[in-house]
Amino acid sequence: MNVLIIAAKEIHQAIRNRWVLAATLLLAGLALSLTFLGSAPTGNVGVRALDVVIVSLSSLTIFLVPLIALLISHDAVVGEMERGTMLLLLSYPVARWQVLLGKFLGHLAVLGFATCLGYGAAAGALAATGSDIDSDSLLAFAAMVGSSVLLGAAFVAIGYLVSALVRDRGTAAGICIGLWLLLVLIYDMALLGVLALDQGRSISATVLNALLLSNPTDAYRLINLTGFANVSTFAGMAGLAQSTSLTIPVLLAALLCWTLLPLGLAALAFSRREL
Amino acid sequence: MTGTVRVSEVTKTYGRLTAVRDASFTLGQGELVALIGHNGAGKTTLMKLMLGLIRPTSGSIEVLGDNPAAGEFAGRRQLGYLPENVSFDPALTGRETQAFYARLKREPVAKALELLDAVGLGAASRRRVNTYSKGMRQRLGLAQALLGHPRVLLLDEPTTGLDPELRQTFYDIIARLAAGGATVLLSSHALTELEERAGRVIIMNRGIKVADGSIDELRRLARLPTRIRLRVAGLAPSELPGWAPKDATCRRLNGHIVEIDAAPERKIELLHRATAAGNSVEDVDVVPPTLDELYAHFLRQSEQAP
Repeated sequence: MNVLIIAAKEIHQAIRNRWVLAATLLLAGLALSLTFLGSAPTGNVGVRALDVVIVSLSSLTIFLVPLIALLISHDAVVGEMERGTMLLLLSYPVARWQVLLGKFLGHLAVLGFATCLGYGAAAGALAATGSDIDSDSLLAFAAMVGSSVLLGAAFVAIGYLVSALVRDRGTAAGICIGLWLLLVLIYDMALLGVLALDQGRSISATVLNALLLSNPTDAYRLINLTGFANVSTFAGMAGLAQSTSLTIPVLLAALLCWTLLPLGLAALAFSRREL
Repeated sequence: MTGTVRVSEVTKTYGRLTAVRDASFTLGQGELVALIGHNGAGKTTLMKLMLGLIRPTSGSIEVLGDNPAAGEFAGRRQLGYLPENVSFDPALTGRETQAFYARLKREPVAKALELLDAVGLGAASRRRVNTYSKGMRQRLGLAQALLGHPRVLLLDEPTTGLDPELRQTFYDIIARLAAGGATVLLSSHALTELEERAGRVIIMNRGIKVADGSIDELRRLARLPTRIRLRVAGLAPSELPGWAPKDATCRRLNGHIVEIDAAPERKIELLHRATAAGNSVEDVDVVPPTLDELYAHFLRQSEQAP
């Protein structure tokens, strides 16, 4: 009950602060431009338009959704402490984990709403302009939207963990930007470099799988680019799709771990904090 | 008298700084207690300890049957808290804020909104909190602290930023709550205001409780002189009346007034002497030591004691 009250207030605040509007417009704007500009090179012959959209939107998600998630989550704990609102909230009959979980559900709802509406606009626009959309593509699209929300959840949780550990908002923001750079940009480049140098001598498939699972954005990428046969062909990942042993349930479990583990640690850190 | 808040041998240190040292007291139902002390004396720390926002380094605390340090919070439905420099989410309006806090305490929202009128927020309650002045935020802070008929009220500097009229209303409200059996602990710098209202005073200095009792008890303990001011006719400017005691300090204040510092037990004797001297005494004022003076006295005393 307390959790829901706090979640409702977070949503209310996000609407009031125009976070919801900004995130939805940003995602919808980029999704729509990718849908219509992105199909230019492939043309419209013989290619199922929605599959192309899935490939381009999932690449967009990897950059944007973690960024939005970290932006709304990094000051959830430390920001409220600095503003002094946490002091009053914790004098009420609520447990600290309820505060954190309530915020999480609220932020997740905001992110989920923005993603579903923003990306849904792209699918809707395709359907409206008369593209053929079969049920396979639709399923893959739904999975893409769902896993995007899950990726957002993982980064919201990571943001909370940072927020619960550091002393001021500036530090939280800095660390979150660093984490974003590391997980979204640097990790894959470094992995690629290491693989190229190693030439398959010491890095086995198992190690590679472990390395891919230990970054939530890679787990997300694999779900969407290799998980569905017709999509992986366009993604140029068909080769990888055949060789990897990471199935969708395993990848989803990895993303779920990336959500629950930081969230649990954040709750633990927050419960020990003095203010 | 049933204790609602029990603090026993509590010490709280932050690194090398000791914010509260070995403090013990019990607050009972219906008590209106003033917690006084200068900045950094440990007042806010004590309140935070009672709320479980921080944990004591040693000692134990019980608030409405809960141990706040262990994260127990069932009793907090009946606890109201107003922090020093209270702040609210700026994007929400006063009414939305009050409704949110009412839900957390499972109080009917309609009744909670009536409190906004009681503290005089009225029309401003429909505006966003970020447009509020300090005084208006303080009013909203009071309104949320009063939610749900609290049995314990912890008020940290509650009257800063309030205009005199609202101060009066505020003291009326808490006096009513205390009469109804609530424990009110309030910290303040406005000692003259508390003097007439607080049934009990706890004085803190550098984390140590230096005095605890009703104002009369503190006066007896402090043995500060009562000042007797007499308006005497027909005296030369620097002359003291003949009946003035040799063993008490006497002063001339201005043309007509003689001031005598009287030890508590000699008050009556001195008044007798003055009136026995005939009709030269035109007026008399007896000023017992104020809370300000008591506070200064206990502070000095604790500074001298090692």
